Amino acid sequence: MSAALTVLYFGAGLLFTAAALLAVVRIVRGPSILDRVIASDVLLTTLLLVIGAEMVINGHTRTIPLMVVLAATAVFGTIAVARYVSKQDKPGEAVPDVEPDVEPADGGTK
Amino acid sequence: MSFDDILDLIAAICLVLGAFLSLAAGVGLLRFPDALSRLHAATKPQVLGLLFVVTAIALGARSWSTLLALLPVLLFQVLTAPISAHMVGRAGYRTGNFRRDLLIADELEEAVDEATAEADAAGEAVEDRGVGPAPTQNT
Repeated sequence: MSAALTVLYFGAGLLFTAAALLAVVRIVRGPSILDRVIASDVLLTTLLLVIGAEMVINGHTRTIPLMVVLAATAVFGTIAVARYVSKQDKPGEAVPDVEPDVEPADGGTK
Repeated sequence: MSFDDILDLIAAICLVLGAFLSLAAGVGLLRFPDALSRLHAATKPQVLGLLFVVTAIALGARSWSTLLALLPVLLFQVLTAPISAHMVGRAGYRTGNFRRDLLIADELEEAVDEATAEADAAGEAVEDRGVGPAPTQNT
Protein backbone atom coordinates (compact mmCIF):
# COMPACT_ATOMS: atom_id res chain seq x y z
CA MET A 1 0.00 0.00 0.00
CA SER A 2 2.63 2.51 1.02
CA ALA A 3 4.75 1.38 -1.93
CA ALA A 4 1.95 2.40 -4.29
CA LEU A 5 1.71 5.75 -2.52
CA THR A 6 5.46 6.30 -2.88
CA VAL A 7 5.28 5.56 -6.60
CA LEU A 8 2.38 7.99 -7.04
CA TYR A 9 4.18 10.71 -5.07
CA PHE A 10 7.32 10.25 -7.14
CA GLY A 11 5.27 10.38 -10.34
CA ALA A 12 3.63 13.63 -9.27
CA GLY A 13 7.03 15.08 -8.38
CA LEU A 14 8.46 14.13 -11.74
CA LEU A 15 5.51 15.67 -13.61
CA PHE A 16 5.79 18.89 -11.59
CA THR A 17 9.53 19.05 -12.25
CA ALA A 18 9.06 18.58 -15.98
CA ALA A 19 6.34 21.25 -16.06
CA ALA A 20 8.51 23.77 -14.21
CA LEU A 21 11.49 23.05 -16.49
CA LEU A 22 9.37 23.48 -19.63
CA ALA A 23 8.04 26.80 -18.30
CA VAL A 24 11.60 27.96 -17.61
CA VAL A 25 12.62 26.97 -21.14
CA ARG A 26 9.81 29.13 -22.52
CA ILE A 27 10.80 32.02 -20.25
CA VAL A 28 14.33 31.88 -21.63
CA ARG A 29 13.39 31.35 -25.27
CA GLY A 30 10.08 33.25 -25.51
CA PRO A 31 10.28 35.55 -28.51
CA SER A 32 8.10 38.26 -26.98
CA ILE A 33 7.63 39.55 -23.46
CA LEU A 34 4.06 38.22 -23.46
CA ASP A 35 5.32 34.65 -23.91
CA ARG A 36 7.62 35.17 -20.96
CA VAL A 37 4.80 36.55 -18.82
CA ILE A 38 2.54 33.61 -19.65
CA ALA A 39 5.35 31.16 -18.92
CA SER A 40 6.19 32.79 -15.60
CA ASP A 41 2.50 32.63 -14.72
CA VAL A 42 2.61 28.88 -15.37
CA LEU A 43 5.76 28.60 -13.26
CA LEU A 44 4.01 30.37 -10.40
CA THR A 45 0.95 28.12 -10.71
CA THR A 46 3.22 25.09 -10.67
CA LEU A 47 4.87 26.43 -7.53
CA LEU A 48 1.45 26.86 -5.94
CA LEU A 49 0.53 23.26 -6.77
CA VAL A 50 3.91 22.00 -5.52
CA ILE A 51 3.40 23.73 -2.17
CA GLY A 52 0.03 21.99 -1.91
CA ALA A 53 1.49 18.63 -2.94
CA GLU A 54 4.23 18.97 -0.32
CA MET A 55 1.54 19.42 2.33
CA VAL A 56 -0.17 16.20 1.26
CA ILE A 57 3.06 14.20 1.14
CA ASN A 58 4.44 15.38 4.50
CA GLY A 59 1.01 15.38 6.13
CA HIS A 60 0.80 18.91 7.53
CA THR A 61 -1.27 22.03 6.80
CA ARG A 62 1.13 24.79 7.84
CA THR A 63 1.67 26.38 4.43
CA ILE A 64 -1.98 27.06 3.58
CA PRO A 65 -1.56 30.83 4.29
CA LEU A 66 1.29 30.88 1.79
CA MET A 67 -1.02 29.35 -0.83
CA VAL A 68 -3.71 31.95 -0.10
CA VAL A 69 -1.28 34.85 -0.50
CA LEU A 70 0.24 33.41 -3.67
CA ALA A 71 -3.16 32.82 -5.25
CA ALA A 72 -4.32 36.34 -4.34
CA THR A 73 -1.26 38.25 -5.58
CA ALA A 74 -0.20 36.19 -8.58
CA VAL A 75 -2.37 38.33 -10.83
CA PHE A 76 -0.61 41.66 -10.18
CA GLY A 77 2.62 40.93 -12.01
CA THR A 78 0.81 39.69 -15.08
CA ILE A 79 -1.52 42.70 -15.20
CA ALA A 80 1.35 45.16 -14.72
CA VAL A 81 3.37 43.70 -17.57
CA ALA A 82 0.35 43.36 -19.86
CA ARG A 83 -0.53 47.03 -19.29
CA TYR A 84 3.05 48.07 -19.99
CA VAL A 85 3.15 46.05 -23.19
CA SER A 86 -0.10 47.41 -24.56
CA LYS A 87 1.10 50.97 -24.09
CA GLN A 88 4.69 50.56 -25.10
CA ASP A 89 4.64 48.29 -28.11
CA LYS A 90 1.84 50.08 -29.94
CA PRO A 91 3.68 52.54 -32.21
CA GLY A 92 6.18 50.04 -33.57
CA GLU A 93 4.56 46.65 -33.85
CA ALA A 94 0.85 47.34 -33.71
CA VAL A 95 -1.61 45.91 -36.18
CA PRO A 96 -2.51 48.82 -38.47
CA ASP A 97 -6.19 48.61 -37.41
CA VAL A 98 -5.39 49.22 -33.78
CA GLU A 99 -2.95 52.02 -34.47
CA PRO A 100 -4.97 55.29 -34.48
CA ASP A 101 -5.86 55.69 -30.81
CA VAL A 102 -7.10 53.89 -27.75
CA GLU A 103 -10.83 54.24 -28.35
CA PRO A 104 -11.14 51.42 -30.94
CA ALA A 105 -9.64 48.77 -28.70
CA ASP A 106 -11.88 49.96 -25.90
CA GLY A 107 -14.96 49.42 -28.05
CA GLY A 108 -13.61 46.08 -29.19
CA THR A 109 -13.05 44.50 -25.82
CA LYS A 110 -16.63 45.09 -24.70
CA MET B 1 -7.04 -2.05 3.00
CA SER B 2 -8.54 0.31 5.52
CA PHE B 3 -10.58 3.43 4.88
CA ASP B 4 -7.56 5.63 5.68
CA ASP B 5 -5.52 3.88 3.02
CA ILE B 6 -8.22 4.48 0.44
CA LEU B 7 -8.37 8.18 1.29
CA ASP B 8 -4.57 8.43 0.99
CA LEU B 9 -4.69 6.66 -2.35
CA ILE B 10 -7.38 9.01 -3.69
CA ALA B 11 -5.37 12.01 -2.49
CA ALA B 12 -2.24 10.72 -4.24
CA ILE B 13 -4.18 10.13 -7.46
CA CYS B 14 -5.55 13.70 -7.28
CA LEU B 15 -1.97 14.95 -6.89
CA VAL B 16 -0.85 13.06 -9.97
CA LEU B 17 -3.79 14.44 -11.98
CA GLY B 18 -2.93 17.99 -10.90
CA ALA B 19 0.71 17.43 -11.78
CA PHE B 20 -0.34 16.04 -15.16
CA LEU B 21 -2.34 19.19 -15.93
CA SER B 22 0.70 21.23 -14.94
CA LEU B 23 2.84 19.23 -17.33
CA ALA B 24 0.23 19.70 -20.06
CA ALA B 25 0.55 23.46 -19.59
CA GLY B 26 4.33 23.18 -19.84
CA VAL B 27 4.17 21.13 -23.03
CA GLY B 28 1.59 23.51 -24.48
CA LEU B 29 3.85 26.47 -23.71
CA LEU B 30 6.65 24.85 -25.62
CA ARG B 31 4.74 23.45 -28.58
CA PHE B 32 2.08 26.05 -29.41
CA PRO B 33 2.99 28.56 -32.11
CA ASP B 34 1.91 31.97 -30.77
CA ALA B 35 1.23 33.83 -27.54
CA LEU B 36 -2.56 33.52 -27.66
CA SER B 37 -2.45 29.72 -28.13
CA ARG B 38 0.08 29.48 -25.31
CA LEU B 39 -2.31 31.46 -23.14
CA HIS B 40 -4.90 28.75 -23.75
CA ALA B 41 -2.52 26.05 -22.56
CA ALA B 42 -1.37 28.08 -19.56
CA THR B 43 -4.83 28.36 -18.03
CA LYS B 44 -5.36 24.60 -17.62
CA PRO B 45 -3.61 24.06 -14.26
CA GLN B 46 -4.72 27.40 -12.84
CA VAL B 47 -8.21 26.23 -11.97
CA LEU B 48 -8.63 22.49 -12.53
CA GLY B 49 -5.12 21.57 -11.38
CA LEU B 50 -5.53 23.68 -8.26
CA LEU B 51 -8.93 22.05 -7.66
CA PHE B 52 -7.28 18.61 -7.73
CA VAL B 53 -4.50 19.64 -5.34
CA VAL B 54 -6.94 21.32 -2.94
CA THR B 55 -9.03 18.14 -2.93
CA ALA B 56 -5.87 16.14 -2.23
CA ILE B 57 -4.92 18.38 0.71
CA ALA B 58 -8.39 18.20 2.23
CA LEU B 59 -8.46 14.40 1.82
CA GLY B 60 -4.96 14.06 3.26
CA ALA B 61 -5.82 16.17 6.29
CA ARG B 62 -9.27 14.52 6.59
CA SER B 63 -10.90 17.67 7.92
CA TRP B 64 -13.63 20.02 6.74
CA SER B 65 -11.98 23.03 8.38
CA THR B 66 -8.91 22.52 6.21
CA LEU B 67 -11.15 22.53 3.16
CA LEU B 68 -12.72 25.74 4.45
CA ALA B 69 -9.26 27.31 4.84
CA LEU B 70 -8.43 26.28 1.27
CA LEU B 71 -11.59 27.78 -0.26
CA PRO B 72 -10.06 31.31 -0.43
CA VAL B 73 -7.20 29.89 -2.52
CA LEU B 74 -9.66 28.53 -5.08
CA LEU B 75 -11.80 31.66 -4.89
CA PHE B 76 -8.89 34.04 -5.51
CA GLN B 77 -7.58 31.93 -8.35
CA VAL B 78 -10.99 31.65 -10.03
CA LEU B 79 -11.50 35.41 -9.66
CA THR B 80 -8.07 36.53 -10.86
CA ALA B 81 -7.20 34.01 -13.58
CA PRO B 82 -9.73 35.48 -16.07
CA ILE B 83 -8.47 39.01 -15.33
CA SER B 84 -4.86 38.23 -16.10
CA ALA B 85 -5.83 36.12 -19.12
CA HIS B 86 -7.97 38.99 -20.42
CA MET B 87 -5.17 41.51 -19.97
CA VAL B 88 -2.59 39.30 -21.66
CA GLY B 89 -4.95 38.45 -24.50
CA ARG B 90 -5.77 42.12 -25.05
CA ALA B 91 -2.11 43.08 -25.06
CA GLY B 92 -1.36 40.18 -27.39
CA TYR B 93 -4.01 41.26 -29.87
CA ARG B 94 -3.08 44.91 -29.81
CA THR B 95 0.63 44.30 -30.31
CA GLY B 96 -0.09 41.86 -33.13
CA ASN B 97 1.48 39.04 -31.18
CA PHE B 98 -0.44 36.24 -32.88
CA ARG B 99 -0.49 34.44 -36.21
CA ARG B 100 -3.35 35.72 -38.28
CA ASP B 101 -3.28 32.68 -40.57
CA LEU B 102 -4.25 30.46 -37.61
CA LEU B 103 -7.42 32.42 -36.89
CA ILE B 104 -10.75 31.06 -38.09
CA ALA B 105 -12.71 34.19 -37.27
CA ASP B 106 -11.64 37.60 -36.00
CA GLU B 107 -14.73 39.37 -34.66
CA LEU B 108 -12.62 41.86 -32.76
CA GLU B 109 -11.24 43.22 -36.02
CA GLU B 110 -14.73 44.26 -37.18
CA ALA B 111 -15.37 45.99 -33.88
CA VAL B 112 -12.01 47.75 -34.09
CA ASP B 113 -12.74 48.85 -37.67
CA GLU B 114 -16.14 50.23 -36.68
CA ALA B 115 -14.73 52.08 -33.72
CA THR B 116 -11.91 53.45 -35.87
CA ALA B 117 -14.40 54.74 -38.44
CA GLU B 118 -16.42 56.39 -35.67
CA ALA B 119 -13.32 57.96 -34.21
CA ASP B 120 -12.28 59.27 -37.63
CA ALA B 121 -15.73 60.77 -38.12
CA ALA B 122 -15.57 62.43 -34.74
CA GLY B 123 -12.35 64.06 -35.84
CA GLU B 124 -9.38 65.61 -34.19
CA ALA B 125 -10.86 66.12 -30.72
CA VAL B 126 -11.34 62.41 -30.11
CA GLU B 127 -7.80 61.65 -31.18
CA ASP B 128 -6.43 64.16 -28.70
CA ARG B 129 -8.49 62.63 -25.95
CA GLY B 130 -7.32 59.17 -27.02
CA VAL B 131 -3.70 59.70 -26.09
CA GLY B 132 -4.60 61.42 -22.85
CA PRO B 133 -6.70 59.99 -20.03
CA ALA B 134 -8.37 57.25 -22.07
CA PRO B 135 -5.89 54.41 -21.26
CA THR B 136 -6.57 54.67 -17.53
CA GLN B 137 -10.32 54.39 -17.86
CA ASN B 138 -9.68 51.52 -20.23
CA THR B 139 -8.83 48.99 -17.58
